[in-house]
Amino acid sequence: MDNNTVKRITLFCGHYGSGKTNIAVNYALHLRKNGFPVSIADIDIVNPYFRTKDSLSELEDAGVEVIALPFANTSVDLPSMPSEVYGLVQSREKYVIMDIGGDDRGAYALGRFAPAIADENNYDMFFVANFYRPLTRTASEALEVLREIECASHLKFTGIVNNSNIGRETTAEDVLKTYAEAQELSRISGLPLRFTTAEEGIAQKLPEVFSLKLQSKIF
Amino acid sequence: MAEKVLMKGNEAIAEAAIRAGCRHYFGYPITPQTEVAAYMAKRMPKIGGTFLQAESEISAINMVYGVAGTGKRVMTSSSSPGISLKQEGISYIAGADLPALIVNVQRGGPGLGGIQPSQSDYFQSTKGGGHGDYRLIVLAPESVQEMADMTALAFELAEKYRMPAMLLADGTMGQMMEPVELPEENINTVDMPWAVTGTEMKREHNIINSLYLKPEELEQKNIERYERYKVIEANEARYESFMMDDAEYCVVAFGIAARVAKNAVVAARKEGIKVGMIRPITLWPFPKEALCAAADKVKAFISVELSMGQMIEDIRLATECKKPVELCNRVGGMIPTPEEVLAKIREVKGGSN
Repeated sequence: MDNNTVKRITLFCGHYGSGKTNIAVNYALHLRKNGFPVSIADIDIVNPYFRTKDSLSELEDAGVEVIALPFANTSVDLPSMPSEVYGLVQSREKYVIMDIGGDDRGAYALGRFAPAIADENNYDMFFVANFYRPLTRTASEALEVLREIECASHLKFTGIVNNSNIGRETTAEDVLKTYAEAQELSRISGLPLRFTTAEEGIAQKLPEVFSLKLQSKIF
Repeated sequence: MAEKVLMKGNEAIAEAAIRAGCRHYFGYPITPQTEVAAYMAKRMPKIGGTFLQAESEISAINMVYGVAGTGKRVMTSSSSPGISLKQEGISYIAGADLPALIVNVQRGGPGLGGIQPSQSDYFQSTKGGGHGDYRLIVLAPESVQEMADMTALAFELAEKYRMPAMLLADGTMGQMMEPVELPEENINTVDMPWAVTGTEMKREHNIINSLYLKPEELEQKNIERYERYKVIEANEARYESFMMDDAEYCVVAFGIAARVAKNAVVAARKEGIKVGMIRPITLWPFPKEALCAAADKVKAFISVELSMGQMIEDIRLATECKKPVELCNRVGGMIPTPEEVLAKIREVKGGSN
């Protein structure tokens, strides 16, 4: 990833369970390490589990400001938006990573900020794809979800992130097998494939793959 | 072999139901099972099926009752408080001898409780949460793979015995993602001459009903139903036996508790403690024979549960109190750690020397 091309706002959207939160957290830490003043905002209003806040101490220790609902991770299943997000979008000062809820349903929450984000026009909106998820097995299925998210959020994607994996059984070979599908999604959507991500153990074995340290709660 | 995909437990239930030929889903959203409904909402319109978000759980279960009367595969899903609301309809479905699938992705209770995982609907599922003499076939998966596989099995058993079946999961398994090999599309079904499908003026009307005002008739219906339940108890009890061959102690656990307990059993074996596990896969029929046989071999049982000790009663009944049964539990949305279960195994061993 080229630090010169980093936009002020980076939005991670995609299908449920495609890996948005893990990527957003790792991307925020990556930018911070490269000297950017970074805030990460959790605006997932769909699912009360698996939140940015699961990595709160790690993010804060690294100097990343975390904007999340006071309700996040308290089991209070009350979809709402942290008020600070308005300030982050409108102040045009800090670099902001936004973790958006899954599918078009999650992306509706982004629509509230779409006019300001589009007006500033200094954003990247990445479609996170996992071709091992049953409703996005192919490029054309993924494209359908991608377009639904654009309709709901009133924003256009600027790139694709390939995060294909089958959980802890994933091998480097499994990731490689999806490269062609990711290229196909790029072709039919007209969007560049911006990067590929994998869990750190696997990323080591693959050239130019963004390494993810995963949030984990394994029983 | 089909290639593996990465799925949430809730999604696996929905996809497996579709592959088992279910084209009718009625529900009402509640955490932590909402993905079942969300998945159905996306998929059903594309395959000519019905997804309907009813105005309440009570409506949803009565819609299930309606479709079940036609002999079509039909399901609903909810989480604990929602399942309580559905009990009247479940009793009617049982009283009318109809097959249907009810999925309960349990959360902490009683009352509104919380949104974290629990197994405290064991009584409600296995002892009949609604009114009247009836049973549900209750299947308890322990992985996303089993959630998919048991969905198809639940439909098949429900149709075979003309009764509602319940898939009893919990919030952890509903939410967690694992690789899963989805079952092939396969519809093993049976003839349903009782179904309301239109007479075409060629036969008498079929009537779907649970109202019998003549007590002699109602008594007879109940007796017939219990004859069928006896066949199920004899033939359909399922369980997994783990490291039981030389076991002196037997852990009993199902679902997410069994996953945790299995780690503890392996750790205890490394310490030289001869412990094994029986994992009930069907909670009704309860695997009584397996437990009764184990009672002649082991010194004690440990019931690991996410409830205040509901299954422990069935273990004591099945083993006729031949050996002590200890409880190792967490409740309210908490899950015991393998270390906590291991500590209990050590404690029970220490106490019986």
